[in-house]
Amino acid sequence: MKNSLIILGFFVLGLFLGLSKFLPDFIMESDFSMYALYLLMFLVGIGIGADRSSWKVIKETNIKIILVPLCVVIGSLLGVAAVSIFLPQIHLKEALAVGAGFGYYSLSSIFITQISGETLGVVALLSNILREIITLLATPIFVKYFGKLAGIACGGATAMDTTLPIISKYSGKEWAIISVFSGIVLTILVPFLVPFILEIL
Amino acid sequence: MITVLALMTIGILLGFFINQRPKIIKAVDKMTNWAIYLLLFLLGIGVGLNKKIINNLPTIGVQAVILTIGALIGSLILAYITYNLFFKPKQ
Repeated sequence: MKNSLIILGFFVLGLFLGLSKFLPDFIMESDFSMYALYLLMFLVGIGIGADRSSWKVIKETNIKIILVPLCVVIGSLLGVAAVSIFLPQIHLKEALAVGAGFGYYSLSSIFITQISGETLGVVALLSNILREIITLLATPIFVKYFGKLAGIACGGATAMDTTLPIISKYSGKEWAIISVFSGIVLTILVPFLVPFILEIL
Repeated sequence: MITVLALMTIGILLGFFINQRPKIIKAVDKMTNWAIYLLLFLLGIGVGLNKKIINNLPTIGVQAVILTIGALIGSLILAYITYNLFFKPKQ
């Protein structure tokens, strides 16, 4: 949670700097966010590879568990596809890319900005932040009406860290491992799925 | 984007070999956070400079809310079905 606030803080700080236009030209003109993205993805890769617990969780669990992130992927994509009917300015492909952030707003908005521009990047940022906030607030209700997987499914990629405490509280501790697993799979999937949807589909 | 995915794959392999070195992993974690801060900061600047986005912020907000609702309802329905079919304890 603290980290999310810092990230938002940097975004807002940049926003005000941009609005005030008190910026040296080289920041506005150069495209060094692309190189920063290269660096970020390399680091994210090392983080995934070095994380023992993620490999362990994957080894120790039975095959049924893969259904959990799968249902989040299918549910999110079908859901955004359905509501995109109400959004004439947003193509189906763009809606799917926003949905494929699964709550991982930092990475998905960075990717979408790079491929489709800042407008859709901001939609992705807001939408995926909202997904995390709603999960934090509404998991108790969701679990009551939609079963023990509800919090994990809403949390998406955040089910491995920021929304894990609330999920394990309302679904039960025995669901925490499934939650972490689902979150890890979705987190790894985001950088592959988002460009795939925007560039290949 | 191929470059990005290639870099990530190289990173994963590299990470696999250094997973015995907590110091490096900690440093990587820190740098990851700062790279994210930097990119979101730059996105903030880009948005602040972009008149089209600033003038359409309410519309963009509504679009984001609608997409989130769609993603959540879809996920909840599938989670309900998956839970009842595969995970519900048998009575």
